[in-house]
Amino acid sequence: MKSIEELIANHPFLEGVNDAFLKEMAGCARNAAFDEDTYLIRESQDADQFFLIRNGSVALESYAPGRGALVFGTVKENDFLGVSWLTPPYRWQFDGRAKESVHAVAFDAKCLRGKCEANPAIGYELMKRFVPALMRRLKAARIQMMDVYGGPTDGGVLESAE
Amino acid sequence: MDASPDIVGATATTPASYTVVNKRWEFNGTATLHLARACEKDSWSPAAPGQFAMLYALGVGEAAISFSGLPETPGRYVVTVRRAGAISDALTRLKRGDGLGLRGPFGVGWPLDSVKNKDVVVVAGGLGLAPLRPIIEYLAHDRGVANSVSVLYGARSPDAILFERDLSRWRNDAGMNVRVTVDAAASAWRGDVGLVTTLIPEIEFRPKNSVALICGPEIMMRFAAEAMEDAGLPQKAIWLSMERNMKCAVGFCGHCQFGSYFICKNGPIFSYDRIRDTLLVREL
Ligand SMILES: Cc1cc2nc3c(=O)[nH]c(=O)nc-3n(C[C@H](O)[C@H](O)[C@H](O)COP(=O)(O)OP(=O)(O)OC[C@H]3O[C@@H](n4cnc5c(N)ncnc54)[C@H](O)[C@@H]3O)c2cc1C
Ligand code: FES
Repeated sequence: MKSIEELIANHPFLEGVNDAFLKEMAGCARNAAFDEDTYLIRESQDADQFFLIRNGSVALESYAPGRGALVFGTVKENDFLGVSWLTPPYRWQFDGRAKESVHAVAFDAKCLRGKCEANPAIGYELMKRFVPALMRRLKAARIQMMDVYGGPTDGGVLESAE
Repeated sequence: MDASPDIVGATATTPASYTVVNKRWEFNGTATLHLARACEKDSWSPAAPGQFAMLYALGVGEAAISFSGLPETPGRYVVTVRRAGAISDALTRLKRGDGLGLRGPFGVGWPLDSVKNKDVVVVAGGLGLAPLRPIIEYLAHDRGVANSVSVLYGARSPDAILFERDLSRWRNDAGMNVRVTVDAAASAWRGDVGLVTTLIPEIEFRPKNSVALICGPEIMMRFAAEAMEDAGLPQKAIWLSMERNMKCAVGFCGHCQFGSYFICKNGPIFSYDRIRDTLLVREL
């Protein structure tokens, strides 16, 4: 079985970090597994963790009355889940549901925040990884918001029998 | 199958008469029509993947519509139309046995020579899968042409996924790496949710030995072309299908002018290196 340090070192999100950084990160990490349809994070609960997804995928959802859970994103293996742990009030904004069995490395957010405060070099190294990933997600979300594809329009299938 | 920008005979400026012989609703407002030439004497030539026709909804007007299937029988074409305005509305309302006019095939198609032995990455958004379907079918019929084929498709929602049966056939029977993602879905949807470009890092291709074929709304094509370039493809290996309003479709009227090109004659398929700068010019 791989050590937690090895699992972290092999994850693309932390590619190229040095041993000292890995050790610090590993001090806040544990192995985590989730069954299909269980939640890694729940809207409005404390954002006390962040996850590196090793395999499986997670649906990002929000609940709309009368419409049920709406999925607006998927986080897959080799990606990370969880941003709200970075900034106050440290509360999840959305649900994250395992779409299949998920294996991840879970980091204790308080522990990690403490290390970032104590050693800004760790915080800076993490930010260099989070910011580009967040920029990519923001760009994707903006294009999704523009609703450029078009879809079913009124009329059609029901209007006539061919 | 040469993509020729020129057209022979009367069909260049005068519509030939066609009949709808089959029709399938893909989803509300979008239909695939199988058309057959009404008069044997009218000239007909096979459409190369990526070419388009001017379809004339009788008494309403003409619109440019891409061919969405390979020519199966002489005298026949397949098109997929999405209701956008008056003409496409009239076309989608046509029923089996109804008549319409057709000019074409027009334009320069997908670069069939350039895909040979390459890793082909097809990136489609929404109805953009329709003009790509013929070249995907071509690659599916002859798996020896390309080294590998990945089809990345983005749609608004699960109920707006075009050619679902084809997508699973390409995946299961033709051995293509087919990935579908939607912008939003209910939780019952087991597939991916997110922008189509997020699928690019998940597929394997040799950047210097790959060709990208992109079709969809222009915003999506700009981002997809940029993402393929970031992934290491040279601009020359990235191909896009452009759309502008058309009238004559034969390079006379200037309606479809795009920088120094006429989309109807020099396109609609262009390599990214030729149009990248023009794509960034507004109001063109
Ligand atoms: C080379 C080429 C291939 C095409 N292939 C297809 C195809 O396979 N299937 C298909 O359904 N359509 C296709 N189109 C688009 C189609 O020709 C246009 O949507 C056409 O304007 C429809 O005419 P209309 O009278 O129904 O709508 P219009 O009254 O012309 O337009 C209705 C609405 O759609 C908007 N619109 C018009 N054209 C476009 C466009 N190109 N992109 C985005 N919005 C637009 C207008 O601004 C307006 O709001 C193609 C266009 C080109 C140039
Ligand atoms: S449509 Fe007339 S020049 Fe292209």
